Amino acid sequence: MEELRVLVPNGMLGYGFPLEDFERGMKRQPHGIVVDAGSTDSGPQKLALGEMTCPESAYYKELSVLVPAAKKAGIPLIVSSAGGDGTNQHVDLFIKIVEQIANEQELSINLAKIYSDIPKKQIDSALQDGKITAMQNVPELTQEEVDQTTVVTAQMGAEPYLTLLKAEKKPDVIIGGRTYDPAPTAALGMYYGFDSALAWHMGKIIECGAICCVPAGKTVLGTLRSDHFLIEPMNLDAKALPHTVAAHTMYEKSSAFNLPGPGGTLNLEECEFKAETDRTTRISGSRFIKDENYMVKLEGAKVVGYRSITVMGVRDPILISQMDEALAYVKEQMEKELPEECSQSQIIFHPYGKNATMKNLESLTDEAGHEMCVIAEVAAPTQEMAQLVVNRIRTTLLHYGYPGRVATSGNIGMPFTPLEIPLGKVCQFNVYHLLKIEEPVAQFPVIMQEVGK
Amino acid sequence: MIKLQDYARVIRSKNSGPFELTFDILFDNLEDYEHFVASKVLTKESFAKLYQIEVDDIITFEHVKPARGIKITIPRPWSQGSVGESDMHGSQQYANLLSIEVPEK
Repeated sequence: MEELRVLVPNGMLGYGFPLEDFERGMKRQPHGIVVDAGSTDSGPQKLALGEMTCPESAYYKELSVLVPAAKKAGIPLIVSSAGGDGTNQHVDLFIKIVEQIANEQELSINLAKIYSDIPKKQIDSALQDGKITAMQNVPELTQEEVDQTTVVTAQMGAEPYLTLLKAEKKPDVIIGGRTYDPAPTAALGMYYGFDSALAWHMGKIIECGAICCVPAGKTVLGTLRSDHFLIEPMNLDAKALPHTVAAHTMYEKSSAFNLPGPGGTLNLEECEFKAETDRTTRISGSRFIKDENYMVKLEGAKVVGYRSITVMGVRDPILISQMDEALAYVKEQMEKELPEECSQSQIIFHPYGKNATMKNLESLTDEAGHEMCVIAEVAAPTQEMAQLVVNRIRTTLLHYGYPGRVATSGNIGMPFTPLEIPLGKVCQFNVYHLLKIEEPVAQFPVIMQEVGK
Repeated sequence: MIKLQDYARVIRSKNSGPFELTFDILFDNLEDYEHFVASKVLTKESFAKLYQIEVDDIITFEHVKPARGIKITIPRPWSQGSVGESDMHGSQQYANLLSIEVPEK
């Protein structure tokens, strides 16, 4: 095979894509459709509470297009990190959606799923055997944290997908659990005998769809050849330029030159980005350096309590000029009046208009706007307690007689009812560690089934 | 002097995982990139000062010529999505960089 073409409809399943761009891509006769659904970007609560990144209907809508398109073309559709977190629960839900589509559209689909949840028993013994290491800036993992986490998943590499592609009975659709984003493309590249470093690098760029192009878009075609690969947006008005593609390589990664993943690190120090045409970029020189030990990244999150907020607007310049002191006073009062509750709660003020967004990273620490919005956030063991503390914060600041006050009817403007807003459970990432595994395939159980007509 | 916001094409920040923040500064062309690098207005030291962190805390400080850009990665001051979160994607933390002054060519 001279070249492998991989079509990515969008950077995130569920975010939508222009049908005409996708159809334009299908006309290029791709050898596979790959789409990732995962991210930790929207926070720990999805993993901790079993929530998904998009509503189920968004996944259904897009899979209703992708499943028949792949089946008709006789190419695999690979969906990774089902539901966002890639837990077994969401893999099963995606399987159900594909099954429904197969029945509705009268398609016979050979459907494979790959699970990525790691049994807690395995984590326990790996912890005891010293097979788990903390990532930089992450505390060491303890047994207590493992017990508290709802579910632990691991980002699989290319191997489970590669095994499925090599299977005698080829899957039409693969629904993968939590996966290192470039892995499905890397697996396709390896399956067809291409250089794995180029395949990993192409996967890294196209997994985000056409974000690497100008203007940034959704649908992208990656073409892998023996010594380079090409990136081309399917929107005819967009361009993949050498420096925009190079810039995307560094997007949301720690380093632009060394990208660690399951089984090894993609090294791009000698990589070259050149214009192939005015809207296509050619990339070469990527290297993949295998790790001695096969490591996968674990992900887990726990519920840490319940959260309530109150939103308060302040326009009085006399109060704004002493906002730090006023908030310190409120906190002190809380601790005096509600000592038991405060000892179990976290109270955080977000003084929008003064360092709320960047906090201790802010360089303009002493500048304040002419109006401010102070959001008080309280996390407590129960919703009731969070409501109590946040209510007292609001009423205390509302009537605080701060030095120099001339207005005595109330210090804050309140935009919303309820005045104290319960936000429900609050969560935290508590597992983000590397696990040494022996079996990059066997670690991730695979189940195949026939669905549809 | 010209402000970086008027000189660079892209100035952005983003999570790189839940425990790191990464910053990218990208220029329109190689000439602008090389002028900026040569001017040394942004070094590990000046970045650390601007963000009130220790120089040793900087995880990555890379000059990325193919992308005509500079990448800096630091520990996330608080873990993503935890109590007190103010920027879930870390996408507003670049603001300090906008007003860096670049000498005219």
